[in-house]
Amino acid sequence: MTVTPVTFVERARQAVGSDVARSNRVGAERLAGLREAARQAYPAFDEMRDAARQIRLRTLAHLDDHLQRFADQVERNGGHVFFAADGTEAIGYIQRLIQDRRVRRVVKSKSMVTEEIALNHALEASGVEVVETDLGEFIIQLAGEHPSHIIAPAIHKTAADVGRLFADKLGVPYTDDADELNRIARAHLRRIFLEADLGISGVNFGVAETGSICVVTNEGNGRLVTTAPPIHVAVMGMERVVPTVGDLAQMLEVLARSGTGQGLSVYSNIVTGPRRVGDPDGPDELHVVILDNGRSRALAADTAEILACIRCGACLNVCPVYRAVGGHAYGSVYTGPIGAVVTPALMGLDPWADLPFASTLCGACRDVCPVRIDIPRMLLHLRRRAADEGHHPFRWVAPGLRAYRIAATGPRRWRTFLGLGALAARLFGRSGRIERLPFHASGWTRFRSLRAPAKKPFRRRWGERHGT
Amino acid sequence: MTRVQLFVTCLVDGFAPEVGTAVTEVLERAGCTVEFPDAQTCCGQPAYNAGLVADAEAMAAYNVEVLDATDGPIVVPSGSCTDMLVHHVPALAEGTGWEQAARRVAARTREFTQFLVDDLGISDLGVLREGCRVVYHSSCHGMRNLGLGRHARALIDSVTGVERVEPAQPDQCCGFGGLFAVEMPEVSAAIMDAKLDDLEATGADLVVGGDVSCLLHLEGGLRRRNSPLRVCHIAELLATEP
Repeated sequence: MTVTPVTFVERARQAVGSDVARSNRVGAERLAGLREAARQAYPAFDEMRDAARQIRLRTLAHLDDHLQRFADQVERNGGHVFFAADGTEAIGYIQRLIQDRRVRRVVKSKSMVTEEIALNHALEASGVEVVETDLGEFIIQLAGEHPSHIIAPAIHKTAADVGRLFADKLGVPYTDDADELNRIARAHLRRIFLEADLGISGVNFGVAETGSICVVTNEGNGRLVTTAPPIHVAVMGMERVVPTVGDLAQMLEVLARSGTGQGLSVYSNIVTGPRRVGDPDGPDELHVVILDNGRSRALAADTAEILACIRCGACLNVCPVYRAVGGHAYGSVYTGPIGAVVTPALMGLDPWADLPFASTLCGACRDVCPVRIDIPRMLLHLRRRAADEGHHPFRWVAPGLRAYRIAATGPRRWRTFLGLGALAARLFGRSGRIERLPFHASGWTRFRSLRAPAKKPFRRRWGERHGT
Repeated sequence: MTRVQLFVTCLVDGFAPEVGTAVTEVLERAGCTVEFPDAQTCCGQPAYNAGLVADAEAMAAYNVEVLDATDGPIVVPSGSCTDMLVHHVPALAEGTGWEQAARRVAARTREFTQFLVDDLGISDLGVLREGCRVVYHSSCHGMRNLGLGRHARALIDSVTGVERVEPAQPDQCCGFGGLFAVEMPEVSAAIMDAKLDDLEATGADLVVGGDVSCLLHLEGGLRRRNSPLRVCHIAELLATEP
């Protein structure tokens, strides 16, 4: 059994340079390339991003009203709505439903929010068979892992990894042919769909004016999960509401393009209520579980804008840190730049305070965000809060910068400070290089030489030239 | 004659004084009178990025006071420090007694290549270099927050004898990230390695950039690789006195 290190720093240290990190980089770069091609092929993309941002911010500003309208419409359509304050309440509601209806088999389509509350684990612990039907999630479930990417949960696995996993867990002959692996998963899952008593889906968007839920997939499994079993439970983060069908259409313009470079995902499934009289299929019952789980707290804080996120994963694909370490280093189901904000914003800085520091603040995430969330600004807010609340993950930084501040707020002190650098250069950097620094500064020299400080700082050169 | 104030940045002052000298020489050749307000120190960005806002405020306020006592454009040989002075310092100063001063300073502050190309209209300084293949490293804050890139590329292209090449992923970060490089050195170095692979694959002799911070980091990594690839600040490429 492996021990999972507690901090991002530890997990990242183990991930760097691994085969998993390499597969992850290949996958991320491929998705980033597809998004860029889609942007170039669609001149209105940036305008659509502006429109999408406005829809999201407008909705968040009156989220309670839109949610109430959405809930009323779901009930008018014959569905049930449950507002869950946290994961425990959401799981409790679903477990009661499962007991009441004597459910034994559950199928799921991809849902980050159920990953957030570890729903599978809870249901399995109470003796229910739960099967993920999104290919990536199916792979992750078989492997007993967590998703490493918001839209491509098994992005860190190669076809050969999946081939070995299927051979081991499903008893099929080994293959690393992607089409063949797809066929194996499809054949395996088809029977399970038909035998399921209950389907659980996520919700990409809930439409307030109609009480509809939109589930976007590329594999058609979302359609089966929401229509084949007699009961459908949709679990929705409470921020995922849009006011109108027109707004939904605008959001779909940017969602798939940002995630995979597709104009639209293959299936944009819109469900409005349970099966009605005369409908050829569909579930007899529809339950919508609307989850808060820290979202109200995030909405009331300086991180409110992060709730505009539509979970496309574009920020992960371009992030240099995500590309280098992969998703599992983030320690939470939300990975990459968005995870570095969402996880501490929803769950608190303790023990997640190092995530906002897992960034160079390069801003690549903001460049590609379909709703133009200023993620670097959110990271800075969280760093500030971590420092203010005593959660700064690097204890030596505050005293170090306090000393630096003293040096940098007076001209004489600054000259003395530079003089100390010059002295260090004379003592330790005669070659012009320093190859080993002590204490925390060793982090620099473990991977890089350091140019020795100037023996004559710029101000002294200037003074000599200008006679001041 | 345009009178300009040189805000040289802490890293140039302490680690790369030759960059400050080169900047001065280039600006003088471009017809400017350069002044150096010598009470200047550090803009406070390291503390700001660490979430230590009170320390950042103290450093920013101190330097704003120093710079606000001068006239004319403030030229900074760093996109990142320019971004700090132009965007973040006024935000820090909001609601304080030095808010107006911070805004005045922000309005006067220009990055070195931006000042040459956009303000002075100079994109050719008539420099000659022996045959040399150059790759430009686009630093993130300058590129994304100030729209830099075309300025430096035009200036490099104007140098006779220089062939400029582009890396496959010019917009990718080098992994420096300020204190990040020391706080999470393994991650920083992994990002750096991807960047160095990309830069080395261009076959360039020289990496030219506008931020000494990224350049010190890349130089340190290249040195460990025993790579023949060298780094220099764009002002050093454009200066005629070695």
